[in-house]
Amino acid sequence: MILNLRMLGMIFSSHTGLMALGPIDLTIIVLYFILVLGLGVYLRRFATTGNDFFMAGREMTAWIAGLSFISANLGSLEMMGYAAATYQYGILVAHAYWIAAVPAILFLALVMLPFYYICKTHSVPGYLRLRYGEGSRTVSAISFAIMTILMSGINMYSMAIIMKVILGWNIHFSIWVSSLTVGIYVMAGGLLSAIFNEVLQFVLIWLGCLAIPVAGLIETGGWTGLVHRINAALPGQDFTHLWHSLGSSTSNPMGVHWTGIVFGWGLAISFGYWTTDFLVVQRVMAAKDLRAAQLGTILGAFLKMMVPLIVIVPGMLALVVLPFKLVPETMAALPGVHTYNEALPLMLARYCGPGLLGLGITALIAGFMSGMAGNISAFATVWTYDIYQPLIRKTASDQHYLSMGRWCSLLGVFVSIGTAYLVMDFSSIIVYAQMLFGFFIVPMFATVILGMLWKRTTPAAGFWGLVAGILSACGLWLWVKIDPSALRYVAFSSDAKDMAENVYRSMWTLIVGVTVTVGVTFFTKPKPDSELQGLVYGLTPLPSTKALPIFYRPITWAAIVAAAFILLNIIFW
Amino acid sequence: MRRMIPIWFFVGSLLTAYGVLILIAAIQSQYTDADANIAMSSLHLQFWWGAVMLVLGLFWSIRYSPWRKKKD
Repeated sequence: MILNLRMLGMIFSSHTGLMALGPIDLTIIVLYFILVLGLGVYLRRFATTGNDFFMAGREMTAWIAGLSFISANLGSLEMMGYAAATYQYGILVAHAYWIAAVPAILFLALVMLPFYYICKTHSVPGYLRLRYGEGSRTVSAISFAIMTILMSGINMYSMAIIMKVILGWNIHFSIWVSSLTVGIYVMAGGLLSAIFNEVLQFVLIWLGCLAIPVAGLIETGGWTGLVHRINAALPGQDFTHLWHSLGSSTSNPMGVHWTGIVFGWGLAISFGYWTTDFLVVQRVMAAKDLRAAQLGTILGAFLKMMVPLIVIVPGMLALVVLPFKLVPETMAALPGVHTYNEALPLMLARYCGPGLLGLGITALIAGFMSGMAGNISAFATVWTYDIYQPLIRKTASDQHYLSMGRWCSLLGVFVSIGTAYLVMDFSSIIVYAQMLFGFFIVPMFATVILGMLWKRTTPAAGFWGLVAGILSACGLWLWVKIDPSALRYVAFSSDAKDMAENVYRSMWTLIVGVTVTVGVTFFTKPKPDSELQGLVYGLTPLPSTKALPIFYRPITWAAIVAAAFILLNIIFW
Repeated sequence: MRRMIPIWFFVGSLLTAYGVLILIAAIQSQYTDADANIAMSSLHLQFWWGAVMLVLGLFWSIRYSPWRKKKD
C-alpha cells in the first residue's frame, strides 16, 4: 500500500511543485476520496423521490443545515480568492465576512426565510414564479444556471492552482478527478449527499487550515506583532484597519470609499448573494421546520464571522513572512514568480510538514468540492424544476424528473469543466466571482425583496426590473471595458481597483433594478391579494415564537450574533 | 424505512484515521529531516494536531456509532 502510494506520488508530482507529498499525505487524500464516494453510494438508497434528491427530504437539523449552508459558501474561491485579495488590499477584505455577510444572513433568517419556507417552493426562481409569473422565473432561472456553471469553473481553477503550485500535479488530472468525484456523489445522493459531504468538508477545512494562523501568529509575535511588521514593511499604506482608511478612496489599497463598502458590498452584493443565491438558500430550505431553518442560518452567520481566522490572517501573514513578493495573475508567465492566488497554498507549504500537509491539501480539495457540489446541486434543481419542467416537458412522473436531476448533475460537471479556463484572464479569482454576482444575483435581489415586502409590486414590474438590472450591470461593465476613464463615473474614482469597481457597479445595478421595478409598478396592474397569500409580507401568517423559552427563539441568537459582529468591527476599526 | 447513519459517525471515523496517520508522521519526523524546511517546526504542530484529531474523532465515532444506537 505504502509503496503504491509512493509511486502515485512520483507519477503525479514533479520537481516544479513547492514540495512533494509523502506516503502518509497521499493516504490522507486517498482516504478522503474513498469516504466521499462511499457516502454518495450509501446515501443513494435514501434519495428515491424528487423531494429526497432536490430538497434532501426536508429533514435536516439546524446544525446540519447551518454547517452545510456555510460550507457551500466556503469553497476554494473563498479560501484562495480572499487570501489573495487580502494580500492585495489588507484587512479591508474582512468586510466580505462581516458587513458583507452577517447583516444579510440575519436578514435572510429573520425576514425572508419564512416566506421561502412557508410557500414551500423548491427554489428562488420558483418563488419568483409564484410571486410574479413564468417570465420572471425563466429569466432568473437561466441567468442563475449560467452563473452556477461559471462559478464551478472558478472552483476548478482554484483547485488546479493548488495542485500545480504545491505539488506540481498535472492541471487536467486535478480538474478531472475531483470534478468527476463531485459529479458522482451528487448524482448518487443529490442534495442529501451534497449536504452530508459539506458537513464533513467543513470540519476538514477548519482543521486543515487552522495550522497556518496558529503557526504564523506565533512566528510574528501575535496579532500586535503582525500589525507592526506589516506597517514596517509597507509604510504609508493602511493594510491593518477595517474602517479607519475608508474616508477617502485614495487612502486605502482598494481605492474605495466607505459608501462603496456599505452600499455596494454590504447591501447590493451581500444581500443579493446571501438572500437570493439559491446555492446557499437551498441548504437551509432543506431544514426539517422553519425554526430549524432560521437557527441553522443564524449559526451560519456566526461561523461566517470566524472564517477570517483561516483566510484573512494567512493573507496578511503572507505580506510579511514570505521572502518574495507575489504578483498579479497577468504576470504569471514570468519565470520564478508566484501570483496573488497562490498566497494560501504558499503559506500551507511554509508551515505544514508531512501529515499536516496532506490534511491541508485535503482541506483545500474539500473546499473545492463543497463549493462545486453546491453549484452542481443547485444547478440540477433549477434546471430540472425551473427550466426543463416548464419549458421542455411539462408533465412527467416524479421518477422522470429525479432521473433528469441525476443526469444533469453529471452534465453540469462537464459543462463547468469547459468554463474553468475563463477565469485565468482575471487578476484575482474573487474579482471574477464578484463580477458574476453583480451581473446575475444583485438584480434578482431587487426583484425578490420588493416582491416579498411590497404587495403592490406587479408581475410586469418584477420582470422588467430583473431584466433592467441584468442589462445595466452588463452595460456598466462594458462601458468601463471600452472606455477605462468611465471608472471615475461608475466607481467615483479613477483610482478604483477591480474590487471597488465591482462593488459600485453592484450598487448602481441595485438602484436601477429597484427604480425600474417601482416605476413599472405604478403603471401596471397588481395581483389580487388572494393570489399573494403566503408570498408577501402582510398577507402571510408568520408563526409566533413567543411561547418558546428565550434561548429557543431565533431572534435571541440573531441578537447575540449581531452583538459579536458589532464588537469585531469596533476592535478592528 | 432504513435508519440513516448520522453524519457525525463518518466525520469521527475519518478524524480518528487522520489523527493516527498524523501522529505517525510526527513520530517519523523526529527521526528524519522531513520537516527541515518547515517554518516553526519547533512547535511540533503535527503532534498537537494529530492528538486533537484523534480525541475528537474517537468521541464522535463512539457517540454516534450506529451499533451503540442499536443497543439503546
